[in-house]
Amino acid sequence: MMAISANNTTPLFGEGASSTLRLVVYLVAAIALMIADRRGGWLERLRANTGVVVEPVWRLAAVPAQWARSARIALADRHELSEQNAELSRQLLLAQTRLRRVEAVQEQNQRLQELLAVQKTLGLSVQLAKVIDIDFGPYRRQTIVLDLGSDNGVKVGQPVIDARGLVGQIAEVRPHSCTVLLISDKSHAVPVRIERTGLRTIARGTGALDTLELPSIPTSADVKPGDKLVTSGLGGRFPADFPVGVIRSVGNGASGMFASAVATPDAALDRSAEVLVLHELANPVGPPAPAEEFGPPVSLKGSDEPAPPVATAPASEPEPTPVEER
Amino acid sequence: MRVRGINGLFWGGVLASLLFQLAPLPTVLLPFKPYWLALVLIYWMIEVPERVPLGLCFALGLVADLLCGEMVGEQALRLCVLCFIVVRFRSRLRFFPMWQQTLAVLALLLNDRVVYLMVHAIAGDPPPERDFWYAPAVGMFAWPWLFLLLDDLRARLRSADA
Repeated sequence: MMAISANNTTPLFGEGASSTLRLVVYLVAAIALMIADRRGGWLERLRANTGVVVEPVWRLAAVPAQWARSARIALADRHELSEQNAELSRQLLLAQTRLRRVEAVQEQNQRLQELLAVQKTLGLSVQLAKVIDIDFGPYRRQTIVLDLGSDNGVKVGQPVIDARGLVGQIAEVRPHSCTVLLISDKSHAVPVRIERTGLRTIARGTGALDTLELPSIPTSADVKPGDKLVTSGLGGRFPADFPVGVIRSVGNGASGMFASAVATPDAALDRSAEVLVLHELANPVGPPAPAEEFGPPVSLKGSDEPAPPVATAPASEPEPTPVEER
Repeated sequence: MRVRGINGLFWGGVLASLLFQLAPLPTVLLPFKPYWLALVLIYWMIEVPERVPLGLCFALGLVADLLCGEMVGEQALRLCVLCFIVVRFRSRLRFFPMWQQTLAVLALLLNDRVVYLMVHAIAGDPPPERDFWYAPAVGMFAWPWLFLLLDDLRARLRSADA
């Protein structure tokens, strides 16, 4: 310090040799430090120790940059944010549309699986058909048009069902499409049986999709709302024991001689998009099998024909036999 | 009192220059960061050389090295060279008009860059990119403003004291 202040008093260009010497000393010191830093590891420890002091300085130096960054986020990015918002809502719309589509496909899948289950439980030969046109009017015949035609082997009179119940029968056949007369059409009637009591009667269409009429029930008959109607199989057009509808209400007929009931069809007449067309029945014609078989089991019955082995199940085996006998 | 005020200005300037040196910048602006510490020290060496002896330059260089995490001794060497040259030509620099002074500062900063290059070349580092040479020009343009600012502050302190 003293040397410098003394130096300062020297005249303008009077740089002494001492000044140069000091410079050389400092330069050598600096170079030695650099070499030590490069070669030896001891400066690493020094750095690690000074880190405690150095780090707050770094923090302090970083403060303005952080302020700038937060200010930019707070203010300047509004345009960017609104753009992002628009983009995101567009994507949301797309995603929702896609989701709807998936939902629709899922519903369709569900319906098709139900139909498939029906096909399996019936053990009948069926054909899946799509509804391509609907014609419901108050004064018209209630019909739907399917995408099957004579090219697909469809014939007039074949029953049409969906997953829940009877839909109708095929009334007209064209090469590539056919018209189905619904059971709710005024000109349509189905022979039915009340499942609970076994009472046979006829269910007519009324012209309203959700209503069937049972005009001639004996007044003494036991019919209650909630009774299930199934096809009786009489007439041979429809297979037996297929659900048709549920009794909604029972009242007096117009003549007073008969009671009349109103039923709701089981089939989703106004909603089905896919239906099944039943093919030729396995059992051609005939009344249904008796509900229960009385008497001794088959194995004990008669000796005029060789009895099936006792081990076979008695319930499933004899069923076709009575039909054949009659 | 006056010494205290001037002292505060000196150390405040040094601390601010170190912080500016460390302040994180976008990568694009990084090569344009001038050597603030050298600019501040040049001012004080021109105006009040007894405040900035060679030893203090050396010490400040070491502190800056530790702060910047570079090779210890590098900035010490550079600042010593700078200090020596400035003190050597101080009386002439002092009476230069501003534009000449500014050019002189550019020359000093370029010389500093050359020293830096030499040190790193000897250490075996790869040669720097072209943007290595931008900083001295920026430092040159920053010099008049820094000079006026510090001069003004020093004059205020002096007049407040008087």
